[in-house]
Amino acid sequence: MSREKILAAVAKNKPTSTPLPQIQNFGNQYADLAEQFRSVLTTIGGEVVRVKDWEEIRTYIQTHFVGFRIITTISELSDMAQNSWLQSDPHSLNNVGLAVLQGQFAVAENGSMWVTEAEMGQRAAPFIAESLALVVKSSEIVPKMHDAYARIGSADYGFGAFIAGPSKTADIEQSLVLGAHGPKSMVAFLID
Amino acid sequence: MTINHATAAEKFNKDFDRTTWHDETLWWVRQKRDRAAFSIPEWEKLRDTASQIKHNVLSNLDTYLVEFEKNAQKNGITVHWAADAHEHNEIILSILKKQGVTQIVKSKSMLTEECHLNPYLAENGVEVVDTDLGERIVQLADEPPSHIVLPCIHWKKEEIGVLFHKHLGTPEGCADPTLLTHAARENLREKFLTRRVAITGVNFAVAETGEFVVCTNEGNADMGAHLADVHIACMGIEKIIPQRAHLGVFLRLLARSATGQPITTYSSHFAKPRAGQEMHLVLVDNGRTTQLGREEFRNSLKCIRCGACMNTCPVYRRSGGHSYHNAVAGPIGSILAPNLDMTKNADLPFASTLCGSCSNVCPVKINIHEQLYEWRQVLTKSGHSPTAKTLGMKAMAAVLSNPSVYRLSGKMGRLALANVPFVVNNSLNPWYKQREMPEPPKESFGEWYKKNRG
Repeated sequence: MSREKILAAVAKNKPTSTPLPQIQNFGNQYADLAEQFRSVLTTIGGEVVRVKDWEEIRTYIQTHFVGFRIITTISELSDMAQNSWLQSDPHSLNNVGLAVLQGQFAVAENGSMWVTEAEMGQRAAPFIAESLALVVKSSEIVPKMHDAYARIGSADYGFGAFIAGPSKTADIEQSLVLGAHGPKSMVAFLID
Repeated sequence: MTINHATAAEKFNKDFDRTTWHDETLWWVRQKRDRAAFSIPEWEKLRDTASQIKHNVLSNLDTYLVEFEKNAQKNGITVHWAADAHEHNEIILSILKKQGVTQIVKSKSMLTEECHLNPYLAENGVEVVDTDLGERIVQLADEPPSHIVLPCIHWKKEEIGVLFHKHLGTPEGCADPTLLTHAARENLREKFLTRRVAITGVNFAVAETGEFVVCTNEGNADMGAHLADVHIACMGIEKIIPQRAHLGVFLRLLARSATGQPITTYSSHFAKPRAGQEMHLVLVDNGRTTQLGREEFRNSLKCIRCGACMNTCPVYRRSGGHSYHNAVAGPIGSILAPNLDMTKNADLPFASTLCGSCSNVCPVKINIHEQLYEWRQVLTKSGHSPTAKTLGMKAMAAVLSNPSVYRLSGKMGRLALANVPFVVNNSLNPWYKQREMPEPPKESFGEWYKKNRG
């Protein structure tokens, strides 16, 4: 009922049609995409670690996340994590210390990384963990959001997110606090 | 009875230091917005593009709504249509009843504020926990948000400390933002883990793909939605955009305009429910189609709710969000509110200096200050403008339309200011508040001309 009423009211009241503008790409103003990405993500509370191979990521995690419950969907790191978590109730991830996930690509202008359900394993994973690590190839950094959506194209996903840093808030007197509801820290591994 | 903006603002201004603090805090956010905007060489072009996309949306809204519905349904999302706030609230209650649920979590949604969903659900035995930290603070204090992006911008950390001591058991006298935030985190984590239904707002809904995007910094929308059996997302019909690629334009503008961040921490794209989950989406009109039909005001439907117009507004900054007695405060709220209720909100378009700063920062280039001016005309013509203002304007019109009355009143004004200034320099004259009356000239130009050139 309301559907027809609303659609009829829109049809009656809408202005004369104007065309959609062409979306320009605006090019790339950044000389070094990895450096731009690092600089922005660091400013908004994330950390960027450049690594040569998976072994370096492994060493970093072993040093910084001793005693944490670790989950991952990355086959190269599967021995570091539990295997059974993918089928489990998402509520049981509440005690996860570190989630290590692959990002499809990163965006230089805003320090974000695109992650879909396929890389997350479970949708709750990157949000419920105490810390989040995202791994992105250093060759997979695009300059701006227009390039990001050109790259996503018409991809079919159930859920996807741009993630830029740890969860945060400034609701109390504009003081920045990391770890509002999600991860208290976030590290991006740029792998060569 | 709602108190009007001027009266509420006067009350707010009684605490001079606090008003200054409020003013400076928001101006600081405005400056962060400037730095973010100036770092993008194509900023103005982006604003133009966003405005044009939104214009195309308004001119084809029915087509896009049907396209969105079809694609969302194909994705497994249940789509509901609500003509007004009441129907929106009923739809949500019926979903909750079907689930047998009486406790839910909700992330930020100005639409549910507009529809007064929380009190409606409370009356019907449902407890709603707002999970955005700022919204949780005002909810515990039994207040509405005073800003659409910064809900508790009017609260000081010491006051939040007292509130949290009472409700969350934080140590007495604790006013440390980190400790207070983490206390709320612990408390709300338990709610996320136990509530089976989560409500979220919607920032953008894409017609082409049937997906919707929710932006947060805290991750509270995601924590709610991904742990709940049922996700209900609520949106005004104007939140539709045609294509996924258009998100590239809007996500570049939104957070930079709102807080000066390059992007929110999370820009979550919900396309399909997860396995075993139910996903509902409620499309709400509640006056939007009426506003679409008002030619001078329809551009207000382009708003992406960034709050930049509030942060820059000299009146908002020094009067506080609650003085606007509407879910959306500030300049944009003052255009949206009279559409919902002209009688109740007739004062709001007058709560502006018409300086135009709001229009200058608006990421979708809404001509906000011009629309405020237009509303004044409409409200006055239809007999809704404030009584004192109407009487004053009528008196002025009578004086200005009659040359001899005009000359006489000029003379009387000059005489009064020179000889009996207390007649005008008193509390009955609102112009005199915070101002000195000007030094009166000895004679009018007319008198001078007659003497020297006549």
